[in-house]
Amino acid sequence: MELVGNPGIDFLQQVVSGIASGGVYASVALALVLIYRAMDVANFAQGEMAMFSTFIAYTLITSFHLSFFIVFPLTIAISFAGGVLIERVMIRPFEGKSVITLVIVTLALFDLTNGMAGLIWSYILKSFPSPFSASPVSFGGIFIGIQDLGVLAVCLVILAIVYVFFTFTKLGLAMRAAALYPESSKLVGVRVSWMLALGWGLASAVGASAGMMVAPITFLDPYFMQPILLFAFAAAVLGGIESPLGAVVGGLTVGVLLALVGTYLPSGQNLRLPFALVIIVAVLLIRPAGLIGRAAVRRV
Amino acid sequence: MSTRVFGLSVPLLIAAGVGGVVLIGIPLVTDTFTTFEFANVAIYVIALMGLNLLTGYSGQISLGNGAFMAVGGYTTALITHHLGISYWLTIPLAGVVAGVFGFLFGFPALRLSGIYLALATFALALAVPPIIDIDKLEFFFLGHSGVSLHPAHPPAFLSLSDEQWLYYVAWAIAGVMFVLAWNIIRSSTGRAFMAIRDSETAATASGVSLSYYKTLAFGISAAYSGVAGSLLAIIVAYVNPDVFSLQLSLNLLVGVVIGGLGFEFGPVLGGLFIIWLPYLAQRVSTIHMGSFQLPSKPDIFFGILLVLIIFFAPSGTMGLIMRGVGTYRARRAAARGEAPISMPAVGLLEEESTGGEPTEIKN
Repeated sequence: MELVGNPGIDFLQQVVSGIASGGVYASVALALVLIYRAMDVANFAQGEMAMFSTFIAYTLITSFHLSFFIVFPLTIAISFAGGVLIERVMIRPFEGKSVITLVIVTLALFDLTNGMAGLIWSYILKSFPSPFSASPVSFGGIFIGIQDLGVLAVCLVILAIVYVFFTFTKLGLAMRAAALYPESSKLVGVRVSWMLALGWGLASAVGASAGMMVAPITFLDPYFMQPILLFAFAAAVLGGIESPLGAVVGGLTVGVLLALVGTYLPSGQNLRLPFALVIIVAVLLIRPAGLIGRAAVRRV
Repeated sequence: MSTRVFGLSVPLLIAAGVGGVVLIGIPLVTDTFTTFEFANVAIYVIALMGLNLLTGYSGQISLGNGAFMAVGGYTTALITHHLGISYWLTIPLAGVVAGVFGFLFGFPALRLSGIYLALATFALALAVPPIIDIDKLEFFFLGHSGVSLHPAHPPAFLSLSDEQWLYYVAWAIAGVMFVLAWNIIRSSTGRAFMAIRDSETAATASGVSLSYYKTLAFGISAAYSGVAGSLLAIIVAYVNPDVFSLQLSLNLLVGVVIGGLGFEFGPVLGGLFIIWLPYLAQRVSTIHMGSFQLPSKPDIFFGILLVLIIFFAPSGTMGLIMRGVGTYRARRAAARGEAPISMPAVGLLEEESTGGEPTEIKN
């Protein structure tokens, strides 16, 4: 913007916009953590599922001429149902199989969603309407995009809802119990397998909200969530892949770091994906449990 | 039954002979397009053999072997472009450079297993193309516009077309790499890989060095990918960062699973599927579905096929074939009144995760 002259303010603006993207990474990372906690597997199709949800929203807006404020909750509901359905049809037959099998199943889902989106909506880049104004507001000399603030606010609200759900509702408690102690949960009458399906639904819904938030910024095509999935992986690993709070902390941190890398390093935009690789490898080597996660005790 | 020539059973030798005749015959009886596509099959076969050694035999999953192909492809492209060296000489070099790259990546990968390894290699697949694309390094990598190579021509004394020549070179190299893989699998190295795959704890207890063999598996796998990438650069006569996208790495995984993880011939079938399935699906759809056009991108077919395979035949096409062979042998043995030979045809993906492996306690 116009304030390029002042390095201090420029820096602060990058940090703020990084926090906003960080909200998106945090949401996708939370979706990954939800599924990881429930079944010890990273869902490589999480980004593609969010991409598909965003395309559904795109169709609802452009073909059915619905307002964004109706489309947003509607898409989240559809995505929740879709996530539950995917778990029932594609994941359930492989519960308890080896990690390699589950990874391959999620990659099959990756190829399927990507291919189907290409088939239905084509690979041409589309613009996605934003509910927020593109104009910035000034806070003591720092210009912050209303878009950034809106994205961050929506992501934080979604994260808060998930937190309240898991902490204060009986169903949330049952889902946590099913993830941590499946056998004991079965004994006290929790339907563990269905909790897993709910987890997939929830993850799909959270991912959908992130997709709809980021699509106006990145534009929409069947590949638009792939870099974001990698940033979310970096966020989840940095925060501790078992920890929902870690996903949020990791997401915001990764958002800020990537904004700074993209701005201040030479050819920074090209270094964002490699930087995510560096974060993942470094964290796994130095502190595999992440910033907030606890080290897993291994019984041999 | 037990007659063996050069340590190989007679049915296997007959199969190899028929396979050899078919391989030599394909470019002589088919058109240019088919020959060229079959040359591409050879490239995939080499890359899949590398992934099969890593995932099928040593049990380490990789979603990033496309990145190692990029290293090999760019080694060949850049050396020929900058130094003008004949590119046939660069193929072994591409293998070595990619192998070293893979060996180095194997070090951090050592401490990672299962899901974390999948994550790190996934990140590698996404991270390499933008590095090649960096504008400040354009003088070296030539950026997004890519590197063009001179098209390969056969030596004058051979009356072959360009495509036939590329086909024979690609398959000759694939043959050498196949024999190499065959021998690795049957050496102490191969047995160490399989011991690690089946149980790291038991392998360590038997004196197998996990760190040595796991990084070695990565190095060998990357070297195979490097050779494949180098051949890809030569045959297509062009590389750019988009060639080595995430989708390439995922296609490799699809191919190795469809062919059959942990079977020597799995990669051959996998390579055929990866190249010909999208083409055949397109043909069938244009014949039977009229104006309805399927997309030119093969992702959706691979997705569908992967789902079918993993639901109905987790040990891949080779697993199905071996099961058929096993049933046939058992029937024949029963007809002769002998005790049936047991065929342990349990694939890597059919095992339950809770079979004597360490259990993680979470809190």
